[in-house]
Amino acid sequence: MENIVEEINNETEEKYFDKPISPLKEIWYSLSKNKLAMAGLIIIILLILIALFGDFIMPYDPCVGELSESLQKPSSTHWLGTDEQGRDVLSRILDGTKISLRVGITAVAIALSVGLTLGSFAGYYGGKIDMLIMRFMDIILAFPSMLLAIALMSTLGKGIDKAIIAISIVTIPHYARIVRGSILSVKESEYVQAARVIGNNDLAIIFKHILPNVLAPIIVRATLGISIAILDTAALGFLGLGVQPPYAEWGTMLGSGRAYFFNANHLVLFPGLAITITVLAFNLLGDGLRDALDPKLQK
Amino acid sequence: MKKLLEVKNLKMHFLVNESFLGKNKKYVKAVDGLDFYIKKGETLGLVGESGCGKSTTGKMLANLLVPSNGEILFQDRDIANLSRREKRKLATDIQIIFQDPYASLNPRMTVENIVSEPLKINNIVPKDQIEKEVLRLLDCVGIPSFYRNRYPHEFSGGQRQRIGIARALALRPKLIVCDEPVSALDVSIQAQVLNLLKDLQEEFNLTYLFIAHGLNVVKHISDRVGVMYLGKIVELADKKDLYQEPLHPYSQALLSAIPIPDPNKAQKRILLEGDVPSPINPPSGCSFHTRCRFATEKCKNTSPELKEIKSNHFVACHKY
Amino acid sequence: MILKVENLVTKFHTKEGVVNAVNGVDFELEKGEVVALVGESGSGKSVTSLSIMGLIPKPPGEIASGKILFNGEDLLNKTTREMQDIRGNEISMIFQEPMTSLNPVFTIGKQISESLIRHRNMKKKEAMIKTIEMLEAVGIPSPNERIKQYPHQLSGGMRQRIMIAIALICEPNLLIADEPTTALDVTIQAQILELMMKLKKDFKTSILLITHDLGVVAEVADKVVVMYCGRVVETGTVNELFENPLHPYTYGLIESIPKIDSEVDRLFMIEGNVPNPLNMPSGCPFESRCNRKLSICSKKLPEINVVDGRKIRCHLYNEEVK
Repeated sequence: MENIVEEINNETEEKYFDKPISPLKEIWYSLSKNKLAMAGLIIIILLILIALFGDFIMPYDPCVGELSESLQKPSSTHWLGTDEQGRDVLSRILDGTKISLRVGITAVAIALSVGLTLGSFAGYYGGKIDMLIMRFMDIILAFPSMLLAIALMSTLGKGIDKAIIAISIVTIPHYARIVRGSILSVKESEYVQAARVIGNNDLAIIFKHILPNVLAPIIVRATLGISIAILDTAALGFLGLGVQPPYAEWGTMLGSGRAYFFNANHLVLFPGLAITITVLAFNLLGDGLRDALDPKLQK
Repeated sequence: MKKLLEVKNLKMHFLVNESFLGKNKKYVKAVDGLDFYIKKGETLGLVGESGCGKSTTGKMLANLLVPSNGEILFQDRDIANLSRREKRKLATDIQIIFQDPYASLNPRMTVENIVSEPLKINNIVPKDQIEKEVLRLLDCVGIPSFYRNRYPHEFSGGQRQRIGIARALALRPKLIVCDEPVSALDVSIQAQVLNLLKDLQEEFNLTYLFIAHGLNVVKHISDRVGVMYLGKIVELADKKDLYQEPLHPYSQALLSAIPIPDPNKAQKRILLEGDVPSPINPPSGCSFHTRCRFATEKCKNTSPELKEIKSNHFVACHKY
Repeated sequence: MILKVENLVTKFHTKEGVVNAVNGVDFELEKGEVVALVGESGSGKSVTSLSIMGLIPKPPGEIASGKILFNGEDLLNKTTREMQDIRGNEISMIFQEPMTSLNPVFTIGKQISESLIRHRNMKKKEAMIKTIEMLEAVGIPSPNERIKQYPHQLSGGMRQRIMIAIALICEPNLLIADEPTTALDVTIQAQILELMMKLKKDFKTSILLITHDLGVVAEVADKVVVMYCGRVVETGTVNELFENPLHPYTYGLIESIPKIDSEVDRLFMIEGNVPNPLNMPSGCPFESRCNRKLSICSKKLPEINVVDGRKIRCHLYNEEVK
């Protein structure tokens, strides 16, 4: 045995490698070169900070207003104006950040966990399990997602938590499909076979070996999914389902502001801008992640 | 030497076409009735071209595929139809080395993780000894210890194959199925890995099933060699006997087809007509008769049995 | 002399740095000869052949310097249009993977006759007649039916014959065969090699054969050019090379092949690995693996010396060093 070690002990081999770079660092390195993605990330960090600490920087109470001050245009006392009940629009927008982020991220988290589990089993076991799960997913997908969400809300009732559930149910099949496809593509690889031969049970193979190698499309979809969920929340709010007044949700604000479109368009403009900027930020980050994760996979 | 592994009438028929009413089922007869044994400490070479079923055989022995038929007796115990849990316990008895060094290692795991994983799952050594054992294994295969935190993509093909060998060795198996372990490597690296496999066999008293498509590679490492064609063994003999006097027409053609790296040695080539038939629709009788220069009427109708023609030299051919 | 490559340098710009895949390569091919370009992965042999054909993607690749003289004209000075006229017509290429080299949505007949129609301005009918003749020449049975078939309906060996048919239909002066039999089974490989030899005799085509299989080289080649890490390290006729390999790498390659007709306990092996092209050592790139190295080998890259009409890039054959 010493023969072989001696024979291969080789300075050139040492020079072959630089210091090892973990996969995460490589992804970060690629991502940081993408300026747009970084812009998106910075905006998202700002939004998270607002959601966490907004209460301390809000100039006014977002839910209570002075009727005497209603429908004021933006001024030095109310930077973004006031709404029909005299509430400060800026404070409401800041407050709405909390809700939008909360719904967006929670809905995706739920949909992702459920979709991941269902998709994994469908992809890994195939056969009847695959058929059962995927046909069920197809049923959900057959409905236009907004209509289905509205229908669910009408049975579940109104409110923010019901909105989260409705939106996640509607998006579960998307994640299940992606995960199933990814698993199918990797299932027969030799390293997965090796994992089986050394004694791993099925769960270990799925979660330790297969999934970490197919995370890329899932992560990208989830990031973009957050922006979709935020839009869906706003849509539900706009329609009067989901978050109810006096709570400040951007969509709800858009809905109630609609009536004042011609004389007080700042009630529509600012919530609209907030939604647009947030969605754009997540989209930019998602696209950046897709690019950063892709060439690495090509290695 | 006693038999470590014996295979009886082993078959693997893959279902290709399930028609609507269940009629007209088409099967790929990848492996169609194999009988052989491997003695403890020896290397049985299994040779054949693409589609002959040698890889499928290896996978059945390593428990990656469930045979459609037949028995696999490992230490006198049939392992062909075990439950999932019992199969996992076989990990310490039978292991496998794969062909493609670029696909057989998990790209997200470090070398240390790859080699320690089998140790952890099967409790080979106590927890505090794992790191030491990993280093010992890497040393056995010639991977310097300071590479243990690297990822597979940082290694060359030959080095990756060594890591795969270390992973297989970790479980201290009795039998290792080597599924074309050097086919994807450069010539100069092939020799390194072949020598390594031979040294390891001596040191750890391993038994190998060595699958390859190159008769010259198999010759170097095997004690006995079996030649496969369309899912059956057509000839099985001690290495010297097969290479000096191949009896089956296919073995003869296979041997003569290998280009010899010596321009002075004239190649007296037996050229086979046509291509390998499809395993979905194998020819009737002897599956080689369509390309055999000695084919007779009998060959078209009856399939020859694998018979012992000379001492320990088996052939499946009507000529004998 | 039909092909003369002079000091060819082909680089690739990767995000980790510049790789000199071909790092100053010279060799020649006479009319009617078979020259084998031999090397393992990283040797630059495939990149050399793609450079000759003008098939290097221009970023990230770059032909930095050198000349490729085909019948006296430098191919590197040709325009894209001129190269298109030459490819398939005067210089043809066959690749390793016949399945991915054939277009799956066109019939065999169309793919073979396409060359004739484009380069020789033939009418479709006449081109088909020639196609059928060619299919017979490459040993495809029932050619009249085959021309209507699609690639997926044929086996690997047949597809490779089709590739050869496409390559030879315009009777090119030079055929570049890049690992033509590596992906084939041994018995099919034998058929294809026999076919190539027969066609060489019938059509008098010069062949540049790129391979790592020394058995194929011994059988088919007239001259051999051995490459390592982007440079030529040894040349010679096939007899000279196998009887008397000069370069330690060539010697190691030949010795480490398991031979069908001899028995050894341990195979001769070349230690170590091919160096990282991004991190080439100074001096001779083979030094770390060489069993006959001298102290100068790690410091200075050896020049090409000529020994008995053969080129050899090794300090062991450098008169000054001795």
